[in-house]
Amino acid sequence: MSRTDSRGLVLDEKLLFELTDPGRVGYSLPACDVPEVTPQKSLQRDEIADFPELSEVDVVRHYTRLSTWNYGVDSGFYPLGSCTMKYNPKVNEQAARLSGFAELHPQAPEHLCQGALELMYRLQQDLGEVSGFPAITLQPAAGAQGEFTGMLMIRAWHEAQGNKRNKVIIPDTAHGTNPASAALCGFDVVPVASDGVLSKAAVEAVMNDEVAALMVTNPNTLGLFEADIREICDLIHERGGLVYCDGANLNALMGISRPGDIGIDVMHFNLHKTFSTPHGGGGPGAGPVGVVEKLRPFMPVPIVVKEGERYRLDYDLKQSVGRVKGFSGHFGILVRAYSYILSMGGEGLKRATELAVLNANYIRARLEGSYDLPFKQRSLHEVVFSEAALENDCHTLDVAKRLIDYGFHPPTIYFPLVVKGALMIEPTESESKQNLDEFCDALLSIAEESLSKPELLKQAPIRAKVKRLDEATAARKPKLRWVKE
Amino acid sequence: MDFPDELKYTEEHEWVLVEDEIATVGITDFAQDQLGDVVFVELPEVGDQLETGKPLGVVESVKAVSDVYAPVSGEVVEVNSDLPDEPEMLNTSPYDDGWMIKIKLDDPGEVEDLMDAAAYQEFIEQD
Repeated sequence: MSRTDSRGLVLDEKLLFELTDPGRVGYSLPACDVPEVTPQKSLQRDEIADFPELSEVDVVRHYTRLSTWNYGVDSGFYPLGSCTMKYNPKVNEQAARLSGFAELHPQAPEHLCQGALELMYRLQQDLGEVSGFPAITLQPAAGAQGEFTGMLMIRAWHEAQGNKRNKVIIPDTAHGTNPASAALCGFDVVPVASDGVLSKAAVEAVMNDEVAALMVTNPNTLGLFEADIREICDLIHERGGLVYCDGANLNALMGISRPGDIGIDVMHFNLHKTFSTPHGGGGPGAGPVGVVEKLRPFMPVPIVVKEGERYRLDYDLKQSVGRVKGFSGHFGILVRAYSYILSMGGEGLKRATELAVLNANYIRARLEGSYDLPFKQRSLHEVVFSEAALENDCHTLDVAKRLIDYGFHPPTIYFPLVVKGALMIEPTESESKQNLDEFCDALLSIAEESLSKPELLKQAPIRAKVKRLDEATAARKPKLRWVKE
Repeated sequence: MDFPDELKYTEEHEWVLVEDEIATVGITDFAQDQLGDVVFVELPEVGDQLETGKPLGVVESVKAVSDVYAPVSGEVVEVNSDLPDEPEMLNTSPYDDGWMIKIKLDDPGEVEDLMDAAAYQEFIEQD
């Protein structure tokens, strides 16, 4: 087999369908002791009739080779803004693999899973302490489902008060999933413009007795703290609404500021962001939700409660929005998050936040002279540049592609939409100064290339296994499966 | 960039061409340039009732997903059914092949509230 696209031992890889060799097998069955039958025609596939015929080692090598092309936080710096791609400590994996957790049947009776229930109870308590919310559900599968659950509770609360409110205010610096979650819960979205941060006046202009809630991300997607949040929460409450906070950026607040103390009524956590559980490779994530006391009766069931020295699942919430996820949510992720909290301790979590903010501001300070910074307010855990300072028709996409040639995963680009050609960098606390300097050196060098050798940016990546991909054609005319030629 | 004089324009970067009581709607040259290569278009159905300022459909490019807003109120009487299969027409021909929908106007007077080409050009230069 030719591997002409291979470079050294970075091997090219064909599809399993192309590797097939008729008659080769990866199994060994005993002799057939029942009559052979041929499946009737109606049961036979008419397309892709021939599945790959390969040995076990063929298949193992195929997937192992593919895995070497993967890029993750264990391979290098992963500065995706808004995603908090922090390192996932291996001690979390060790905890999740303890057989009492890993092999526990999800339907085990309560008296046989006291340890697991205790862990969930303690995690509820710890998340409550970090956020300032008295009640926590661990059930939602990830952030967007956490938002959905939170907005369902807001709707249920209003209905229980006899309120007919069907609108939700969402600033233009919110996460993209916020409007979708609100719409999914039957609300109409009222967008509100911000000038980097949200002003009380802007909220006041759209707040009325049809508005059920404000959905805000704090710090917002520009990495800026919503400085007027307290006054804005008061305003919303005075006019009969509730405030939802997207907790995706909790890594900027943890240990320093508690959303529950600020006036937020509901917030989801992203354990796969702030609490260091796996994020790449598809997760799974976990999106627990914290609520104020008056929303407790509306939480999904079951929640874990402690009675004396025993723990049990409580289904007895009369106004519950119901179950949102099977069994106990993504339990393995809860174990990892709890392991992270215990291994860090309260002071450690606070220190992580401080370093995450310091790292983002270090990058800002090093790049500010060479890349345009559209919003000058103090950055927290991430910093957003625009493409305004780039010349010679170079754009954010070109900078991102060129970063690959320098050996860095590009940051989030073209989000948030309020910044033209956004380059959104979130280093997290995981990176050393050395790593940050190498990354900044690369971006400074690219800024210089955009002036002296712009064609390098236009062609990039030139050193990657595959060169600049035609993303438009791939999206317009996707080839979704292999077809035999 | 081209902004034909016979069209009216919105702050959300839609254009409108009114002939009799039918308004043809699309997105402007500026909008397609900002979006970049458009890869997906979602349009309303014939018979849908549109309300000014409410989303009528979605345009997705390699960079971003954006709502397209109804510049005027009325009933959808025709949609460009070729567009979902060839979304690149929004980039190559935003004012002709890339038209999106035709609306039977509820109130022809509404069109007077929209910008003319000169005002729109001034608007995007300020922005």
